[in-house]
Amino acid sequence: MTEFLESVLRGLGTGSVYALLALGFVIIYKATRVISFAQPAFMLAGAVLVTYLVGPVGFWLAVLIAALLTAGLALGVERVAVRPMVGRPAFVVAIITLGVDVAVRVVVNGFIGLDVRHVGDPWGLRTVAIPGTGIDLQQRHLGAFLTTAVLIAALFAFFRFTRMGLAMRAAAYDQEAALAQGVSVGAVFALAWGLAGGLAAVAGTFAAAGASVDAGLWLIALTALPVIILGGLDSLPGAVVGGLAVGTIQELAASYQQHAPWLGGNVSVITPYVLMLLVLLVRPYGLFGTREVERV
Amino acid sequence: MLQVRNLEVVYDDVMLVLRGVSLTVPPGGIVALLGANGAGKTTLLRAISGLLEVHDGAVTKGSVTLDGDPIHRLRPAAVVRRGVCQVMEGRRIFAELTVEENLRLGGHTAHRQIPARLDHVLGLFPVLAQRRRHTAGYLSGGEQQMLAMGRALMAEPRYLLLDEPSLGLAPRLVAQVRELIATINAGGAGVLLVEQNATMALSLATHGYVLETGQVVLDKPAEQLLADDDIREFYLGLGAAAGAGRRSFRDVKHYRRRKRWLS
Repeated sequence: MTEFLESVLRGLGTGSVYALLALGFVIIYKATRVISFAQPAFMLAGAVLVTYLVGPVGFWLAVLIAALLTAGLALGVERVAVRPMVGRPAFVVAIITLGVDVAVRVVVNGFIGLDVRHVGDPWGLRTVAIPGTGIDLQQRHLGAFLTTAVLIAALFAFFRFTRMGLAMRAAAYDQEAALAQGVSVGAVFALAWGLAGGLAAVAGTFAAAGASVDAGLWLIALTALPVIILGGLDSLPGAVVGGLAVGTIQELAASYQQHAPWLGGNVSVITPYVLMLLVLLVRPYGLFGTREVERV
Repeated sequence: MLQVRNLEVVYDDVMLVLRGVSLTVPPGGIVALLGANGAGKTTLLRAISGLLEVHDGAVTKGSVTLDGDPIHRLRPAAVVRRGVCQVMEGRRIFAELTVEENLRLGGHTAHRQIPARLDHVLGLFPVLAQRRRHTAGYLSGGEQQMLAMGRALMAEPRYLLLDEPSLGLAPRLVAQVRELIATINAGGAGVLLVEQNATMALSLATHGYVLETGQVVLDKPAEQLLADDDIREFYLGLGAAAGAGRRSFRDVKHYRRRKRWLS
């Protein structure tokens, strides 16, 4: 039982990182109807920025500044590479983001260099015991989970109560009608990219907490793809639930795989994709996605 | 004064949809724009409100001016800020948002005035005040039309462009919409009313334009249009033969009307 609960808590920690990444994908998709494959690069860029900033300003401030800088980077990418493509087929834009991803990662890799770089989080691999249960919880997972919860609450408030949040929801529903009300769709696109960039930076930092930042960190962001397809491409709650579910199942698979030796080692790596496959067989539009209405 | 001068609009670089259209909406007046499907009425509204770009259309000649300043190259947001609002055909409300959120969004460009405007609009549409927190998609067709008009009013427009506000509504609701347009106009806003329901439009308007295949073919005060024989036959269904009782389709020689307008 203890092992099970520990796995679940670990899963919620890693799942939070997936949820943050998936939220970025979904926000961009809802605003622009394009899947941005540049998220992994923003995540890596954010983590690397934190490794540079953590020395002078401390961890939390470093995360904040890195998130803002990455959001700025995402804004720039949107303005230069994506905005001129508005109105072109979504496929073309998606391929452009793929190119942006590779380009940004190459530049960022240059800054990683040969040394081992740490994000300098205050937790490392230390654990905290939950009193009375004998469960050990890694502090970094707790940190990731709480930070994600705060960010999601802030996002919810933003979309629910602010003028730009409302404009983004409206533009996601009907772009032309939003234009007719005087919403600047360009601003909505830019904001979506900025938000996604900032979230990716935070996700990257927590993905690297307790370990080191290397060029392979971006692979974690690939897991966000099954997460968004699982949760439904256009659903923010779906991204959160999907992220936490995928993280939990991945950790459970890692803990219990010795009971099924015929699966071989490291089966947890493919569990997100297996889960996605199973969900898609039952609900092709994801758990929370809008059912595509086909008119005949 | 909202003026359209010799406007030419092309879709996809090849489809010439408006061919030299000129039209004037005086401040505080109601102007009706009639025409069959595909005549270019909606395109004209899009050209005024800046929504052509979404549909790959472009103004190739002529101009749209608001009090003398050209506005046809502006972005939709800038046009709204200058006080020209379009209520699109088919209502196009944000079905997933609540009624109040829809209205708030209408005030996007004038967000400081939102609370005051919200009170004003809810006072004008008591139905919406009752359903303030409801999801807009669950409103009835008539209520949705009210919402679409209320949403446009949130920006405090000086000119309101209405695209078929009576579309798909029962006669009693059409009468209600008609009264609302009169009320809005009495509040000082100029209205450009695009309608298939010519009787309703001409009973409200002071001046009317008839658009056919991208050209203005008739341009007269509303009461003269109402009395015009061709208008009575083709738009009001009160043909010259109306007095002579029923007409047989056997006598109709052309489905496609061949008529040169001399006016």
